[in-house]
Amino acid sequence: MTQRSFPPLQPQASSTRAPSTSRRRLMTGSAAMAGVAALEVLGFPSIVYAQSDKIRIGHLTPRTGFLGPLGEYAVMGISLAVEEINATGGVLGRPLELIAEDSVNPSTASSKAQRLLERDGAVVLIGEISSASGLAISQVATRNRRIFVNTGCNSDELRGKNCSRYMFHVEAANTTYVKACGGALLRDNMIKGKKLFGLTADYAFGHDLLKAAKRFVTANGGSFVQDELVATDATDFSPYLLKIRQAKPDVVVSNLSGNQITNFIKQYAEFGLPYPIAGFALDTALAWGAGADNFAGIWPLTWHHEVPAPAAQAFVAAFVKKYGRPPENQAWGEYVALKAMVQAMAETKGTDPAKMIEYFEKGAPIEVLKARKGSFRAWDHQLLQEMYTVRPKPKTQVKDKWGFMAVDAAVPAASAALETLAPTREENACTL
Amino acid sequence: MELVFLLEQILNGLLVGGYYLLLALGLSLIFSLGGIVNLSHGAFYAIGAYLAVELTKHLGFAGALVLSPLLVGLLGVLFERFLLRRFYSADPILGLLLTFGLAMVAEQVIRMVWGAAPLPASIPPAFKGQVVIGDFLYSRYRLLMLGVVIAALVGIWLLLNKTAFGRVVRAGVQKPDMVAVLGIRLQPYMTAIVVLGVGLAALAGVLFAPISGVHPAMGAEIMTAAFVVVVIGGLGSFWGVVIAALLVGVVRGVTIHFYPPAGEASMYLLMLLVLMFRPRGLLGERIERFD
Repeated sequence: MTQRSFPPLQPQASSTRAPSTSRRRLMTGSAAMAGVAALEVLGFPSIVYAQSDKIRIGHLTPRTGFLGPLGEYAVMGISLAVEEINATGGVLGRPLELIAEDSVNPSTASSKAQRLLERDGAVVLIGEISSASGLAISQVATRNRRIFVNTGCNSDELRGKNCSRYMFHVEAANTTYVKACGGALLRDNMIKGKKLFGLTADYAFGHDLLKAAKRFVTANGGSFVQDELVATDATDFSPYLLKIRQAKPDVVVSNLSGNQITNFIKQYAEFGLPYPIAGFALDTALAWGAGADNFAGIWPLTWHHEVPAPAAQAFVAAFVKKYGRPPENQAWGEYVALKAMVQAMAETKGTDPAKMIEYFEKGAPIEVLKARKGSFRAWDHQLLQEMYTVRPKPKTQVKDKWGFMAVDAAVPAASAALETLAPTREENACTL
Repeated sequence: MELVFLLEQILNGLLVGGYYLLLALGLSLIFSLGGIVNLSHGAFYAIGAYLAVELTKHLGFAGALVLSPLLVGLLGVLFERFLLRRFYSADPILGLLLTFGLAMVAEQVIRMVWGAAPLPASIPPAFKGQVVIGDFLYSRYRLLMLGVVIAALVGIWLLLNKTAFGRVVRAGVQKPDMVAVLGIRLQPYMTAIVVLGVGLAALAGVLFAPISGVHPAMGAEIMTAAFVVVVIGGLGSFWGVVIAALLVGVVRGVTIHFYPPAGEASMYLLMLLVLMFRPRGLLGERIERFD
């Protein structure tokens, strides 16, 4: 998909300076000034933009490739949030303007992030699903001292070794997903003393997730008897399914990602193997793509459109009204991220990143469309929040093609602190 | 005991290879006669799958299996008549650019019409479940797929080898100038071959829809494998493509049995090996176009 990338644009600030200084050498007085003025009007939108009273929001997420299906929901989610804010008069008396871009891959994401901040003057960057692109965007944001809110990258390392004062994580960490789903598996007696067979996406995300999964399973008395790496472009799982049948495990665990999950669920149903399945990461759209007939197992989610919280249901109603279908968890991520940033701007009465960071680090409560409010943890900027697990609904309760997942009670239990799911200081090497 | 599982993978590989055949054969046919490397072949596969999802709602899976390839075949008529036709005698790179661009346009159109999220599609109820023979387990649906693939294969072989149509096509592949001298216009034959080729791609799309994700990029996803098969088999060779497809399936299955991380890479290694010793692919020497 690299063919759709664009060459990195020259930072506009430097290109305005270069011609104007050379002109001053050649021309004198008012003629030179007039020339500069003309240049500004004709070719340099950054200067025109600077006079605008709009607050620009930069959004980056993959729209093409194997994460594209989720990126579409991301854009829908943030567009709805922007529309709602503007309908109530914007923030600080100024309307929001959204600039959404296809991040494509890490190098394109990086150059587009640079352009959004420098030329378009975006006050904050939101988005991304690929952890590699997320890291690239974070580096640009940090260099420019502007905030980047990660809405879809799960990698532990992004909030660990690679953490940044300017990066906030609405998306849960891989470790959090593993603990959320692992809790349900422990309760159902699917880990202690059990033989697990793992299928793992063969790239940074999958390896990171497998590491977290192994740590949890081993600590709780289970073992991975076999774990197989699966190339991200694999579409046929039959050789893996034959291997699973050969290994006769107690549980089959997915550490897969993107379309792999859809293909795996469909073909697992097709082969009808008797071993229960579970996964340590899922996006609702991927399960929707597998369909009610094929969906099986226990999976973790940050959010699902049947979460009973009133705020969640208001969001779902608005989303269905605008797009004619329920929101996916990625749409939730962008919606919550944008609303949180707007809240910080309103509370700090400006768009100064330093003040907004301070506001969040003091533990400001954030509406995350769940029963309990969330807040960013000061030392790694991870959003502390409730998580969910889903499993197939009994066939008789399935109302439509979106509603075939039963949502278990949120974890951790209301009596436990939200911290219990997040990576601990031991698990997370972040120093801000 | 280990041997049983290895045999299982080999047998499975043979079956899986059969599915690549439908795509690779169409690709090979269009190249043989028209000299066009159709990079938009995957787009027709994707359109076939999407039409199948829509048609299944109204006509059932059997209806979709018949109608979707026919509709895509109609698209193929337009494709050949208004686009491909201008490029037969042009620089091959132009044909590549055209079909590459078309693939991107098609992917975006699919995204605009159906959205980017994968669509659900399920195995027809009659073909759910497994067949167990001794220690070997297989899904009934894949046996159906295999049946369709074999029927298509036999059909195409008979068409090419036992009919007047096939004789003209084969002559056109070998000596187009001679065919023209004999007063036969190859144009309508080319239209038919394109319709057949993209129809086969659509048929593959219908068959794959219930067992793999139906999403806009599915065409691009499957194309690599199809091209590898055609290159290994040798451009323009019917049996070369058949052998290569089976070989790719088997090599992939066996690699996954012993060393899964190299599963997808194994077919590229196989391609490398074959090209080192036979630069035109296994059975590709009959094509004279590149001489």
